[in-house]
Amino acid sequence: MLQFLLRRLMWFAITLLVVTSVSFFLMRAVKGGPFDGERKLDPAIEANINARYHLDWNKYKQFAQYMGPFNLDERGLFGTREQVFGGVLTGDFGPSFRYRDFTVNDIIGQSLPISALLGTVAMMWALALGISAGVASALRRGSGLDVSMRLAATGGIALPNFVIAGFLIILFVFLIPLFPVAGWGTIQHMMLPGFCLGLVFAAYIARLTRTGMLETLSQDHIRTAHAKGLAPRHVVLRHALKGGLLPVVSYLGPATAGILTGSLVIERIFNIPGMGSHFVNSATNRDYTLAMGVTILYTVLVYALNTIVDLAYTLLDPRIKLEEQ
Amino acid sequence: MAATNSSLDRLGLKEEDAVRLLREAKAFKGESLWSDAWRRLRRNRVAWWSLLFLVGFGLMSFLAPIFPLRSPSQPNPPGQLQAPIMQWGDSEFLEAVPEGQPVTDKAIEDTYWPGFRGIFGADQALVRVRLAIFGRWQTGHWMGTDELGRDVMSRILWGSRTSIIVALVAALVSLLIGVVYGSFSGLMGGRIDNLMMRIVDILYSIPFIFVVIFLITLIGDYKQELESIGIDRMTVFYLVIGAVYWLTMARVVRGQVLSLKNKEFIEAARVMGASIPRILFAHIVPNVLSIVIIYLTLTIPAVMLFEAFLSFLGLGIEPPKVSWGTLASDGTAAINPLRIFWWLVVFPSIAMASTLLALNLLGDGLRDALDPKMRGKD
Repeated sequence: MLQFLLRRLMWFAITLLVVTSVSFFLMRAVKGGPFDGERKLDPAIEANINARYHLDWNKYKQFAQYMGPFNLDERGLFGTREQVFGGVLTGDFGPSFRYRDFTVNDIIGQSLPISALLGTVAMMWALALGISAGVASALRRGSGLDVSMRLAATGGIALPNFVIAGFLIILFVFLIPLFPVAGWGTIQHMMLPGFCLGLVFAAYIARLTRTGMLETLSQDHIRTAHAKGLAPRHVVLRHALKGGLLPVVSYLGPATAGILTGSLVIERIFNIPGMGSHFVNSATNRDYTLAMGVTILYTVLVYALNTIVDLAYTLLDPRIKLEEQ
Repeated sequence: MAATNSSLDRLGLKEEDAVRLLREAKAFKGESLWSDAWRRLRRNRVAWWSLLFLVGFGLMSFLAPIFPLRSPSQPNPPGQLQAPIMQWGDSEFLEAVPEGQPVTDKAIEDTYWPGFRGIFGADQALVRVRLAIFGRWQTGHWMGTDELGRDVMSRILWGSRTSIIVALVAALVSLLIGVVYGSFSGLMGGRIDNLMMRIVDILYSIPFIFVVIFLITLIGDYKQELESIGIDRMTVFYLVIGAVYWLTMARVVRGQVLSLKNKEFIEAARVMGASIPRILFAHIVPNVLSIVIIYLTLTIPAVMLFEAFLSFLGLGIEPPKVSWGTLASDGTAAINPLRIFWWLVVFPSIAMASTLLALNLLGDGLRDALDPKMRGKD
């Protein structure tokens, strides 16, 4: 277990280094600077701004400063009292290049909880819909219910979430006014975006659950449970579900990553001030530090979640050894 | 002949018996993997109809200029945001060209698809075919118009061209990279294989959408330079998407090659003295091919979805070019509480949804047909 975690950590460090350095040097390699605008700045002012953000240093020094955890500027290696350490390794993504008076950490601190909440709602929708549909169609294999569930799942996978969102907005906001059109704040605001975001994953989870349940239901211990005279509901909920949900557990890692990316579009449609909309804006505005901060944060999140899922998997199914992966 | 006779003797066969046996063996028609799979696919009704639908739709989209549609990109200010009407149409196609005068290629380009660059060289010729069949008749706004007064039906069909081409080319790019990388890794084995797969693992854990968005905005800064060497955003688009989607393909191919490498029938072929190219092309390639085709049919809808996704965010196809992603984006942008322009959402969505659904169903059907062991398992 410890060895597994250590190895994971090592690969994680390599991944993070690759992501940060590639995106850092790519961004610095393009000719447009963050302060280029319609109006040309006075050269003296431009030099001032560049000095403020250390854009006048050479690239490697900038990279070292960005990664931290030490200061390379005139305040000395270990900084003054108010700003001791800097750099990504200490969790400081630096100032935003576009939003004056905001650091990237401020912006992430404001928008991450919103995105996390949206993601959680989406995941809850996905799990609730997916597992119940999957179990239902596995128990009634071959019935009309099963066929229609599978068709719905294929449809859910095939359709882009913004198309579904468009339909649902027309239906549930304008024709049957149940939900507010856009914005953020109340539970009503969360239901529709969460549903649209979670639907694709609900479809995948339904498929996985169905397959897993079919396989588990045909196993000996289920037959024994039935033979013992346990109530069918008890057999399904206590015994079959545990084995049948294993594939779903291993899918949770990719699903979380997918929900993170899907939120780019959903946040835009529903006007939600989350990380996704900030990322798209920052990429088009050349807000280097914000874009990089979001990318790095998402890499860390995806990696950490995948590791947790792998660990959870071995706890649920002791037959699987971590070292084999 | 003598050698044959002696071996026949050893088997206790007369010569005419041997000849008869051989003739029988020749008359016995074995079934190849492909004809077997084809038969299974035809028997799967859902997959078969999906295939027919896709072929039909692909042809329609390729032959888009033949149909009597209105201009997909010429703004028509008085007719903005009209709801669909069942009106037979008018005969004002190419009205800029007076009756009786020859229709030049340039006139077609300027009045029928201003702002587009012909994807296929034969488009002007196809418009002439249309003129010969339908004359100057063009349809009414059967699916309504968008906010610039352009015909939605025409835009859907012309947009399908962009979406289909992006999907096909990007899927092929990913196929090429994935197959080469995966088979090389699988064939080499050992340390190199390990290292190559580790690299894939690292790439897997990067949230790629962010990198792609990043790349596309960065490329935006070099637009002029790239266009001067003949690379436009579309080309970059294919390459970037293709470069993202090869990872799974590489894994799948590598796994297949690795397991095939030590299979008995490969060993048997080697023992019988088959050359290495023969082993590769007669035994390994067909076995890898089926899984590659299955995965390809599942990559195409994924790429289409991704194109739509990027275009939706304003990072994909640029106006005046049109794709299903830009159409869906326009549609959702037009949603507002005062008036519902439902046709801008509904018709592009139906086109996209039916195509993506058919591709997915075909992919599932192909998997069942080519890999019967997987049948019924999702």
